[in-house]
Amino acid sequence: MMNFKEVKHSIPKVDGKGLLTGAHAYTNDLASDNALIIKLLRSPHAFAKIKSIGTKQASNVEGVECILTYKDVPRIPITRAGQGYPEPSPKDKFILDYYVRYIGDEVAIVAATNEKAASDAIKLIEVEYEVLKPVLDFEKAEGNETVIHPESEIYSMFPIGLDAKNNIACSYIDTMIVGDIEKTLKESDFVVSERYYTHAQQQTAMEPHTSSAFIDVQGRLNIFSSTQNPYHTRRIIGEALNKPLRDIRVYKPRIGGGFGAKQQIHNDLFSAIVTLKTGKPSKCFYTRKEVNESTFTRHQMRIDVQLGADKNGNLKAFDMQVLSNTGAYGEHSLTTFMVAGSKLLPMYNKAVALRFEGKVVYTNKCSAGAFRGYGAIQANFAVESAIDELAAKMNIDPVELRLKNCIKEGETSPVFRVMGEGGEGIAQIMDSCKLDHCIKRGKKLIKWKEKFPSTQVSSNKIRSVGAAIAMQGSGIPLLDMGSAVLKLNDDGFFNLLVGATDIGTGSDTVLSQIAAEAIGVPVDRIVITSSDTDTTPYDVGAYASSTTFVSGNAARKAGLNMRVKLIDEAARVLQAVHKDDIVFEDCTFKLKNTDQSITLKDLSEGLYYKYGADMKQLIASGSNTSPKSPPPFMAGFVEIEVDTETGKIDILDYVGVVDCGTPINPNLAKIQVEGGILQGIGMAMFEDVRYSESGQMLTNNLMKYKIPNRKDVKKLTVEFAESYDPAGPYGAKSVGEIGIDTPLAAVANAIYNATGVRIRKLPITPESVLIGINKLKS
Amino acid sequence: MKLKLSINQQFYNTHIDGDESLLDVLRNLGFKSVKKGCDTGACGVCSILINGEPTLSCQFLAARAEGKKITTVEGLGAKADKIVKAIINEGADQCGYCGPSLVLTIYAMKKELKDPTVDKIKHFLAGNLCRCSGYEGQLRGIKKYMGVK
Repeated sequence: MMNFKEVKHSIPKVDGKGLLTGAHAYTNDLASDNALIIKLLRSPHAFAKIKSIGTKQASNVEGVECILTYKDVPRIPITRAGQGYPEPSPKDKFILDYYVRYIGDEVAIVAATNEKAASDAIKLIEVEYEVLKPVLDFEKAEGNETVIHPESEIYSMFPIGLDAKNNIACSYIDTMIVGDIEKTLKESDFVVSERYYTHAQQQTAMEPHTSSAFIDVQGRLNIFSSTQNPYHTRRIIGEALNKPLRDIRVYKPRIGGGFGAKQQIHNDLFSAIVTLKTGKPSKCFYTRKEVNESTFTRHQMRIDVQLGADKNGNLKAFDMQVLSNTGAYGEHSLTTFMVAGSKLLPMYNKAVALRFEGKVVYTNKCSAGAFRGYGAIQANFAVESAIDELAAKMNIDPVELRLKNCIKEGETSPVFRVMGEGGEGIAQIMDSCKLDHCIKRGKKLIKWKEKFPSTQVSSNKIRSVGAAIAMQGSGIPLLDMGSAVLKLNDDGFFNLLVGATDIGTGSDTVLSQIAAEAIGVPVDRIVITSSDTDTTPYDVGAYASSTTFVSGNAARKAGLNMRVKLIDEAARVLQAVHKDDIVFEDCTFKLKNTDQSITLKDLSEGLYYKYGADMKQLIASGSNTSPKSPPPFMAGFVEIEVDTETGKIDILDYVGVVDCGTPINPNLAKIQVEGGILQGIGMAMFEDVRYSESGQMLTNNLMKYKIPNRKDVKKLTVEFAESYDPAGPYGAKSVGEIGIDTPLAAVANAIYNATGVRIRKLPITPESVLIGINKLKS
Repeated sequence: MKLKLSINQQFYNTHIDGDESLLDVLRNLGFKSVKKGCDTGACGVCSILINGEPTLSCQFLAARAEGKKITTVEGLGAKADKIVKAIINEGADQCGYCGPSLVLTIYAMKKELKDPTVDKIKHFLAGNLCRCSGYEGQLRGIKKYMGVK
């Protein structure tokens, strides 16, 4: 086992105390008190064309400074996805358009000196709509007589199967095929062929999306934004407003939760254009209703799974056919969909015949976008339910079936090469994979042998266990790039400048620990800044479980480069014959076999003030991109208690055993997993985005959309496997998403083990369980 | 209307609209620890103490607050230290948006719960939602702070 001084240690987050004691830290805290307040007029119709729009009365409201309709903004098709470039999402959105495509779509932007004036003005805008027939059922979207995107400007930057006339945002067929799936299924001794449905989920970051803007002294547009990716935001704002990027700065203060919600750009478009039009600072702080109705949910999916196995329990055939609902706009439509395949198929790499295909359709509902789990969680429900269904048919323990067929260390899968981010992928071997350990250890922690499948504890209460396994990624190979700059200061401390974006995960702390380890100094010698397109180097941002692995390696490289430079300088000062004669420890450079030494503090002071012609600023940088994306793995086990009279389900314990390589900060890694598990449990059991028949979102506030509270789960138990990935910084893989994937199937499997009821449609409500129990009885 | 508020043991004179929430007024006065999260009194991030009682400031008319003692986390000063430590030592602060209100509510809970148990703690804090942490890490810290095994 390796000995680390800074990483693999649990230290408090560098910003923790400040945040908990109310430091002015978030976008809404930092916006100018004089900022114009921006409010949006939003569509009351699921699909309509604006016939006329009148703003005269509204503009007479005292305090109103600016009202913008589609006539006042550039008509440039963009995607708000906020992902790599060229973008794999269709360019199907204008800042404002004369079509509105869901209830909550933007119709007009109003900016006023106060909130009341803006809200009053909104009510006075006169809009005449031609109401069109919406498409609300995603299974009826393809080829529907209603065409949601009739505009001629829609396009994709490379072929993604966009077919707007048929409401298809993208499709993926005839590509991910290995072996002969039909033949292998036919020859299988046991076959499962079932259809599963996963629903939309709200992100519910506690901080609503916020953006503020102002013009600085150089006449440049500054945007302070609750964004997960300042650089993509800058690029998209530039594109949408037809502005050179040199004229735009995007700064990210603290973020009050992201989960993917803030990967897409939202109100930045509005604050930017208001400030450009008026020359005044502006601010747009979404209401919770706007967050729910008008940002991005998780993609709803229909997943058909076919599994085939021989009589010895060897999985032979694995087929998935997916239909995904991207809502009104196509952000992340292709990539989320592809992750449904690329994070599930390789997990069962013993199968000889593989196929993954499907389409992503438009509907007149809230757009779907990036959300922790990102396709993998939807597919995990389907596949991990199907695995249990297969085990039941074969009459074997479902955990043993997983152990036998799951991917192991040193192995690979052809899927890595075939499937990447919207295109081809890159082959890779699992240099670290402790999934088998995770399964065995989790089984022990939940006491599977004693508790599987179930125990009747009273006349109407049954306790049972259920399991599921998952893999995710660590960034997108050779697409995600992160970088870091280190600057030595007098007094011997370092600024660490990173484009990576801490959205509450603790990445600022984790990256500081990595840089400190690499330089060889205590972490309190590091002061981190993230992230600002003017002052911090490029990073894709916080998504795709990339930060620890991709940005972490950049911080490590910068640290190692800084260490070399420090030793060069110390060798000069101490007149060492060879640089190898310098030993750097305890913040002091020592010349071997002598009593000569200089402290880091003294060296830094000399470099700033005393060394004459040798004075200099030490700066080191590191950039990182990797052909590898070593997957983190997890085995999830749940123990539940089902009330067979009411269908009510209580979660007694959720055990997660995770292989994320070296956990750089074990406490923070653990919270990532625990938080993910609870979001997954919420999605499994009660979180559900519901609409009326006219397409009005019914769950548009936190009274109607319930997220888990402290009382919803009795216990979470998270452990890490001892694991080390040679490609990661000090052996680390990423850990942001892996926790969320397993609860859906684990709970569904536990319900089956308790009652014999197989739930294939989420969420798993008491009603659905009770209906299932009653069906079995009759 | 004119309003005189006692916040963290200091008086503030301000002008407000009759229908303004205490949340908006406190933020306008510079108490940015008081967060806005949901508009419906469901998330708890706007929690403050009024006469020592945890209260949702988004659901409380500012006009009604005159004559009452308002405490925000800024006013706890060093009294917040042990609570803050209990949370950050577990890494359970995460995005921090629910943090100040949680610290305040824990402070009030410590005074109120004479015989704390895990169930009582969870019940007391049920209105303080957190989407990041999964609550378990916060509970580990809070148990230590409350002296519950």
